[in-house]
Amino acid sequence: MNRLLKNKECNSLLGGLSADYRFFAPVRRAGRGRLSDTDLITYDQISSVEEIVWDEKTLRSAKEIMFPITETLMRFDQKTISQPSVVDNRGIVIFCRSCDIHAVSRLDKIFLDNGTSPDPYYERLREKIHFVLMECADPFKSCFCVSMKTNIPEKFIAAVREVDGGLKVLSQRRTLVDKLSTIGSECEFELHYPKQNGTEVFPPQTLDMPSELYDHEMWDEYSGRCIACGRCNTSCPTCSCFSVHDVMYDKDSGQAGERRRVWAGCHIDGFTDMAGGMEFRKSSGARMRFKTFHKIYDYRKRFGENMCVGCGRCDDICPEYISFSNCINKVSEQPGTQGESL
Amino acid sequence: MKNPYLPEPCRIVAIKEETDIESTFTLKSSIRPQHGQFVEVSKPGVGEAPISVSGFGEGFIELTIRKAGHLTGKILESQAGETLFVRGPYGVCFPADLFAGKNLIVASGGCAVAPVRTLIRSRLADQEQVSRTSLLFGFKDPQSILFRDEIDDWKEAVPVVVTIDKEACSWTGKTGFITAHVPDVAIADPATSYAVVVGPPVMMKYTTQEFMKRGLSPENIYVSFERRMACGIGKCGHCKIDDSYVCVDGPVYRYDKALRLLD
Ligand SMILES: Cc1cc2nc3c(=O)[nH]c(=O)nc-3n(C[C@H](O)[C@H](O)[C@H](O)COP(=O)(O)OP(=O)(O)OC[C@H]3O[C@@H](n4cnc5c(N)ncnc54)[C@H](O)[C@@H]3O)c2cc1C
Ligand code: SF4
Ligand code: SF4
Ligand code: FES
Repeated sequence: MNRLLKNKECNSLLGGLSADYRFFAPVRRAGRGRLSDTDLITYDQISSVEEIVWDEKTLRSAKEIMFPITETLMRFDQKTISQPSVVDNRGIVIFCRSCDIHAVSRLDKIFLDNGTSPDPYYERLREKIHFVLMECADPFKSCFCVSMKTNIPEKFIAAVREVDGGLKVLSQRRTLVDKLSTIGSECEFELHYPKQNGTEVFPPQTLDMPSELYDHEMWDEYSGRCIACGRCNTSCPTCSCFSVHDVMYDKDSGQAGERRRVWAGCHIDGFTDMAGGMEFRKSSGARMRFKTFHKIYDYRKRFGENMCVGCGRCDDICPEYISFSNCINKVSEQPGTQGESL
Repeated sequence: MKNPYLPEPCRIVAIKEETDIESTFTLKSSIRPQHGQFVEVSKPGVGEAPISVSGFGEGFIELTIRKAGHLTGKILESQAGETLFVRGPYGVCFPADLFAGKNLIVASGGCAVAPVRTLIRSRLADQEQVSRTSLLFGFKDPQSILFRDEIDDWKEAVPVVVTIDKEACSWTGKTGFITAHVPDVAIADPATSYAVVVGPPVMMKYTTQEFMKRGLSPENIYVSFERRMACGIGKCGHCKIDDSYVCVDGPVYRYDKALRLLD
């Protein structure tokens, strides 16, 4: 069902649902960008649709909603260990684009399927989440969703397109359809998906990466350029790694504290450090190789699809202008990388 | 649903000092691990670390811990009666059933005797297996020898080589790296013999090569990997090599698979 809603009508819909749902979308934080006189575009909670930013990409993805940068796993005092409960039990609706919806399915594989049991902290947030697709009429320059086959979204409760003074909304969900039928007016709305991007990549197809590629000279260049800042990891919607730290609230008494997890990244120093001073991937080139293979090869071998969703954020953010999309193509130019596809 | 990150309190029942920097802790615990598995051990407020189970029985587990940093340092200061927090067991074990009735050589170095100790104990507790077992241990120096009394007991039952890296006064036994002693191990039929090789990466690399020179195929060799770990359950990503998570698919790997894992 397609409806045209004026901003005011959208906002009263959001307002009416706010007892049961929180809404997140790309928003502008004036003056908080990486460079002077720039704004930060980021996911945050919204109460009106005018806050949504349509024409710029967020610096980071929406993953911190279900996988917070820092998260308390347990609290302890001298006698007990307890699991913190969820503070807000409302459902979560995220306005985001196709690649970011796909990215959450990649996180699901790690947090829910991989290993011995689902991650309960992720699971309890993930259960609450619904997606509203923001139509990508005109993909950003660095996007390569078409190459990564993430241009067509899965599993969203509604799709929206920004029009002058309002939103066009498309939904098949019965409960939502009932609500929408009483607001706004009928309209034409045929959802468009990106068919072509400014950036094109050719991910490798092989199930058996030639071993020569592991210490190929192509990685040396990254050793010279990458400064191991980890921004490519933190901006990536599919990077799921974390470290765990214990913190005491009052160091002197040592009575109470908590165990936290914090985002970690394979490009950052210390990620593989072992007792006795051993480290498995010392050079930035080796880390770039590790990340690249994880995103476009290892994960596919394990779970059947590529991890990278082609959002292009790592290319946008790297202070050294390292291009991940170029890197994928460099890998694919090497002999033996095309093999049989999954 | 049970939260896999929440550890159980386990009382320290006994502590045995093995060396200056290593002690074996006996913890009251209902965990029933298999040979070669590990647990995550923590002291709230200090941290958590993966530690191999070096012994277990009805109602208890043993952990042999080396002082390597902040947490392990604090654990080594603990006294009997205090509590450690434990969750697990985790990871893939040594295929003891596959080894049953076959010749098995266990070669391990330093702290890595801990993860193979329960395998050795179970072999030697079974008369059928005793005659088919031989052991090879390497330590840095005589002071670093772990499980000294127990190794002496093992010597009564099966061929055991203990070697230290360099000559030392007071040492009349064998010297040199483990690799130097693989050629002398009796291997009647390489096709039906297995080797378990556990130690630091370089040790494993060269020791497995020696066993292959003796005719063992990579399919008949098992190794155990150590990697940085923050979760033990396949989530945190620290332990990943290629498409394999050491905490879930390892730490024990058959060598033909291990060979293909490139960091
Ligand atoms: C499967 C497995 C089995 C192990 N079995 C044993 C054992 O039986 N006995 C034993 O003494 N040790 C064992 N270890 C090593 C032990 O986990 C580390 O010594 C311990 O984590 C160091 O913690 P720390 O807080 O004392 O060190 P820290 O003060 O945190 O740091 C000291 C050094 O240890 C490294 N380190 C920190 N945390 C980890 C971690 N989680 N995994 C690996 N390295 C880390 C750091 O990078 C640093 O270089 C095992 C490790 C693994 C992966
Ligand atoms: S690797 Fe780069 S392009 Fe791919 S999903 Fe992550 S941030 Fe986006
Ligand atoms: S953002 Fe660029 S410089 Fe920073 S770690 Fe990633 S590749 Fe290296
Ligand atoms: S230790 Fe966390 S994924 Fe293996």
